[in-house]
Amino acid sequence: MSDGGEKMTSVEYIQHHLTNLCVGADCESQAIVKLNAWHLDTIFFSVVLGALIVLLAWRVGRRVTAGEPSGLVNVAEMLVEFVNKQIADVFPKPNPLIGPMSLTIFLWVLLMNAMDLVPVDLLPEAAKLVGVHYLKVVPTTDISTTLALALSVFALTIFYGLRVKGAAGYIKSFLFHPFGKFLVPFNIVMAVIEELAKPLSLSLRLFGNLFAGELVFLLIALIGGTLAVGLAALFWLPLQVGLDLAWLIFHLLVVTLQAFIFMVLTVVYLGMAHQEEH
Amino acid sequence: MSITATLFAQVAAFVILIWLVNRFLWGPLTKAMDERRRTVAEGLAAGEQGRKDLEESQARIRLMEEEARNQAANVIVQAEKRATGIVEEAKAAAREEAGRIKHAAQSEIEQQVLQARESLRREVGGIVIAGSERILRKEVDAAAHAAALRELESRL
Repeated sequence: MSDGGEKMTSVEYIQHHLTNLCVGADCESQAIVKLNAWHLDTIFFSVVLGALIVLLAWRVGRRVTAGEPSGLVNVAEMLVEFVNKQIADVFPKPNPLIGPMSLTIFLWVLLMNAMDLVPVDLLPEAAKLVGVHYLKVVPTTDISTTLALALSVFALTIFYGLRVKGAAGYIKSFLFHPFGKFLVPFNIVMAVIEELAKPLSLSLRLFGNLFAGELVFLLIALIGGTLAVGLAALFWLPLQVGLDLAWLIFHLLVVTLQAFIFMVLTVVYLGMAHQEEH
Repeated sequence: MSITATLFAQVAAFVILIWLVNRFLWGPLTKAMDERRRTVAEGLAAGEQGRKDLEESQARIRLMEEEARNQAANVIVQAEKRATGIVEEAKAAAREEAGRIKHAAQSEIEQQVLQARESLRREVGGIVIAGSERILRKEVDAAAHAAALRELESRL
């Protein structure tokens, strides 16, 4: 259990863990969009992880040579080749932004997801010692993060769509697809829905997977917290450890897979924006 | 569960992170990898060129060897011919010399035989005359018969 002093119910425990450290006037509001509310923990951890990427990138970039690569440079080159292969599979023409962006998405999302593997009580309890009472450590369990990434990608698909097809061509792509020229109004509705589905599915998929994963970790953590009292602990604690380990191993897959899916879909969406015709 | 202003912070962080990743990782890495690809391609081309050069030189060497062998064979044939010629010449010269020597010897021998015969004839003539003198001392006048004696002498 996370609470030292007063007793906490299971629901309170979970709710507490799923509450961000928020500052701003709208924090307590129930609105869906809160413009004056900042999730400091989400920003903090995502920036720290981003800084970690930059630090590693800087260290690797310093040692890059055209000669024989070694150590971490090898890993980085493998990643670059891997990302490049995904892009080459989809992209009709080269684009200087898509490569670094895809790599950034993969690394950043991977690391943010990986925060899920940190024991659920470790960082919140540590934060409590320095007076921070709410802490959600996985930035991708905050819809704002996943939507930020997805909207950035969405904005770029619109930008490249306009640039490649021209304004007229871009608008035309909404008019005559999928049902031909006799159902233009219906086509517009369909095409708009199709376009909007891209950032929504992109962000909600990542958010849903990681949120659910975190929730299961919390439920497993509850076993030890609520049931392991006295002798019963001999039974419940090993069960908790076993379940936690199993979910952890399974979650390794989810963490990597979701980062990969996000990256591949980004490449696919941007590649679609680059195609002249359907 | 709501969308907060955090979104803007995350977009900004995302943009900056893309820029940094491109600046420190993607840019240098892709540049180095391209460079390496080029180097490898150049190395392969150079290797291929070297192999071709080697083949050409080997063909040239084979040609030169062939030529040298032919020349050597010619030289040998000529030398043999020459040697045979010299031997033949020497043989002919020797034969001539031998003939000359033989001829000279023969003429000398004939000369000496003639001389010997002459001196023998004289001696025998003398002996005959001496003998005839002894026998005919009284009856024969040496002066009267000198002509006869001289005729005898020439017949010997």
